[in-house]
Amino acid sequence: MGPQNVAFGIIAAAMIVGAIRVVTTKVVVHAALYLVVVLAGAAGLYVLLAAEFVAWAQVLIYVGAILVLLLFGIMLTRAPLHPSSELDNDQRWPALVVSLGIAGLLIAMLADAFQDDKVRITNATGTGEIADSIFNQFVVPFEVVSILLLGALVGAVVLARRDD
Amino acid sequence: MLATIAQSLLAEGEHVVDSVGEGGHEALEAASWILQQGWLMPLVPAVSFFAILFFGKRLPRQGAEIGLAAVGFTFLWAVLSAFEWIGGSAVVERSTTWFSNGRFDIDVGIHVDGLTVMMFVVVTTVSALVHVYSLEYLRGDQRFTYYYAALSLFTASMLNLVVADNLLQLIVGWELVGVCSFMLIGHWWEEKPNSDAALKAFLTTRVGDVGLMLGAITLFFAVGTFNIEAINQAALSDGIRHGLLLTAACLLLLGVAGKSAQFPLHIWLPDAMAGPTPVSALIHAATMVVAGVYLVARTYGVFFEGFSIDSGGINLLALTGGVTLFIAAALAFVQHDIKKVLAYSTVSQLGYMIAALGVGAWTAAVFHLFTHAFFKALLFLGAGSVSHAAHHTFDMREMGGLRKYMPRTFWTFIIGTVALAGIPPLAGFWSKDEILLGAKEGDFGTILILGSIGAFMTACYMGRTVFLTFFGEYRGHGTPHESPGLITVPLMILAVPSLLIGLINAPGIEKFNDWVAFHVPDVTFHLEHHDFDPGLALISTVIAVFGFAVATWVYYWQKAPKGLLERQPVRAVHTFLEQKYYLDHIAVSGIAAGTAGPIARGTYWINQHVIDGIVNGVGVATNRFLAPFTYDVLDQELVDGMYDDIAGATSAVGGLLRKAQSGLIQRYALVLFAAVGAGGAALAYLT
Amino acid sequence: MYLNQYLFLAAVLFCIGVYGVLSRRHAVLVLMSVEIMLNAVNINLIAFSVHIQEVSGQVFALFVITVAAAEVGVGLAIVILIYRNLASPYLDQVDSLKG
Repeated sequence: MGPQNVAFGIIAAAMIVGAIRVVTTKVVVHAALYLVVVLAGAAGLYVLLAAEFVAWAQVLIYVGAILVLLLFGIMLTRAPLHPSSELDNDQRWPALVVSLGIAGLLIAMLADAFQDDKVRITNATGTGEIADSIFNQFVVPFEVVSILLLGALVGAVVLARRDD
Repeated sequence: MLATIAQSLLAEGEHVVDSVGEGGHEALEAASWILQQGWLMPLVPAVSFFAILFFGKRLPRQGAEIGLAAVGFTFLWAVLSAFEWIGGSAVVERSTTWFSNGRFDIDVGIHVDGLTVMMFVVVTTVSALVHVYSLEYLRGDQRFTYYYAALSLFTASMLNLVVADNLLQLIVGWELVGVCSFMLIGHWWEEKPNSDAALKAFLTTRVGDVGLMLGAITLFFAVGTFNIEAINQAALSDGIRHGLLLTAACLLLLGVAGKSAQFPLHIWLPDAMAGPTPVSALIHAATMVVAGVYLVARTYGVFFEGFSIDSGGINLLALTGGVTLFIAAALAFVQHDIKKVLAYSTVSQLGYMIAALGVGAWTAAVFHLFTHAFFKALLFLGAGSVSHAAHHTFDMREMGGLRKYMPRTFWTFIIGTVALAGIPPLAGFWSKDEILLGAKEGDFGTILILGSIGAFMTACYMGRTVFLTFFGEYRGHGTPHESPGLITVPLMILAVPSLLIGLINAPGIEKFNDWVAFHVPDVTFHLEHHDFDPGLALISTVIAVFGFAVATWVYYWQKAPKGLLERQPVRAVHTFLEQKYYLDHIAVSGIAAGTAGPIARGTYWINQHVIDGIVNGVGVATNRFLAPFTYDVLDQELVDGMYDDIAGATSAVGGLLRKAQSGLIQRYALVLFAAVGAGGAALAYLT
Repeated sequence: MYLNQYLFLAAVLFCIGVYGVLSRRHAVLVLMSVEIMLNAVNINLIAFSVHIQEVSGQVFALFVITVAAAEVGVGLAIVILIYRNLASPYLDQVDSLKG
């Protein structure tokens, strides 16, 4: 059990606990904070996997922008700041069954597919490598995503503006 | 197709049967080349038919040249064939398959033996003379070319009929001569009686043809082929069940009765005299009408076994012939039209031939056919000559005393009459005598009596004809004169065989028996040839002379009791004969009018009262009972109720299904994920 | 480090996210659950990318992050609209498409 595994174990446990709390907590704002745990944990995992740039982008965008956006949303929709028992709807238990089913299915299939494969990290993936890949192979998706962001921006503005 | 037939026929010596002829042929001869090309005989006039149709109008003699050339060729070929056959030759049987159906083949072929050669000679001789005669008789006629075309076609068809080796080909020839007869009888169709006569001829023979075809089909199913020789072989060697043979023979007899004018289908022949006289001579005396006799002679095995002729007693063939010969002779007495007399005489003589075949006297019948062709053609052409002189009338009441004006016609007519009546040594005597001999030897007493009475009547009515036409004072208009050479020369030519040809089969010579015999290969079958009976010959001669004597007494010396015809029962008999036994009345008033009159009226009554009554009754019932019931019960309750229930059920199901459309996204998402999970699990399980 | 440990983790997170999407009433909480699902996918992608030593997996993960950002933006705009119209952010009250 190398230090990586230990690190992985800790991060994974934190992430799972955080995720479960996101979907079960009775306080909306707490859900947002637990989400931060999940997102940060993901970034940590990326570092473990030597994908530095992605880890950095994850923290920057997810934790920095998206989470803030979600908090704004909570604020603007006057979510109750106190514990509320109305946050779960009627189909909890069917949802639980379905999700457990899917989980079981996935785990079974993955166990079957990748039994003892190991991840061997030879070197860290440098930003330059990613940049090369984007601007050589994936330049068109890159541009398209830019336009998508523009569209999303405009759309969001149009959707949310007041009509007066 | 024609090319392959021609090819196979031109190839020498295929399918030639090497067989020994009867009597005088000791050595096994190969078939003569001339006889092997027998297929030329029908072909040449057929080509001439088309040639006349296409080119005839432009030629100087309007197509008659082509016809004369063709028939002249066939006449020469026939004479050559006769010499070859008499000189000794094997029977020629050649055929080629025209059309094969997998299950059976349809062949085209020729069968040349003594009978065929004899028919060749008869048909071509009379046809050639008629061609010549018609040059004068139909001079200036508006349809001259078509007439000669039809004559050529007729000659071709008749030759095809006699040379055919299988029944199908024979039937083709049979039907074609019927068509030509129709065309030629109705040559002057502008006058309705002529076209009526043509139609009557065609339809009556058609009735007979049903029997002919059914008989041919019966024989085909019995034997497996249409080939005549094979059929005869099978019939004579017990290869066919007797019941089947009898059926086939009766059916064929129906066709024979139609074509050879036997009772009761004889009604068309006298009316057929509406056609030009040369046509009557060719078709209704010498050739077409004997096609039926020829058929019986050709397929004699079927008739002999089918009717059990060798066991004596009366059979259908003899009975038909005997009845016909008697009633036709009776009818000849009351005719005023000279051609009609000759027509009934022909019917009577055909009856003789059929009766002869019925008593087993095959050679006698065929010999009578041979001789009769010559003297009957002579008589008809003579009648034509008479009419030509007497301003185109055939009514004997307007003739008389013509022997002063037309000596050549007169003498040839006398020769023909004497031959017909059967006075030795002319042709008719020998053949008719043989028939009576056959009847006597075969113990066919009835036929013997009928035949003898018929001989008496023949002499009598012919005497009547001669006296009315040529003796006494001329009762017509203008001055008659002898006919031109083109008419009288054929008459004189025909007088020769009428005088002499009987001698071919005179006792001691009897060459005809050798040349023309009924022979089937591989079957022992022998027809009796009876020795000459001088007693019978004397009796028949006396009968004929007596007939002439009576005729002279009544018609020449006018010694008959006066007013005989007005007295009953003679008057009744006379009327009965004049009305042709009321057979035509039966046909027209009985069958046709009966259908048109009472049956039609009865049917109309049924229609108006019964059928309409039913229809109206049904309508009322529907209106009063059926409709309300249908509306109230069936429609309102059953049908509407059913629809209401269906609608209600649909609505209920819809209500249930509506619950799925909750509008809640998360519910949809739940279902979606559940489905995905299930699908994934299934896929994972299956793969 | 086994590959499977990352993959299992991703699977578990994904399923937790599914549970959240299906069972939470508040719209923003649903959006948060969607984010959890997306992150699980990203972990998958990065793990595979490192496993087969192809950088395209990481690039794809970057694109996912970007699109997620766009999607949250628009999603929140919609949530605000719903709130504006229904005076309630709870999704089980959005049922005007009910049949």
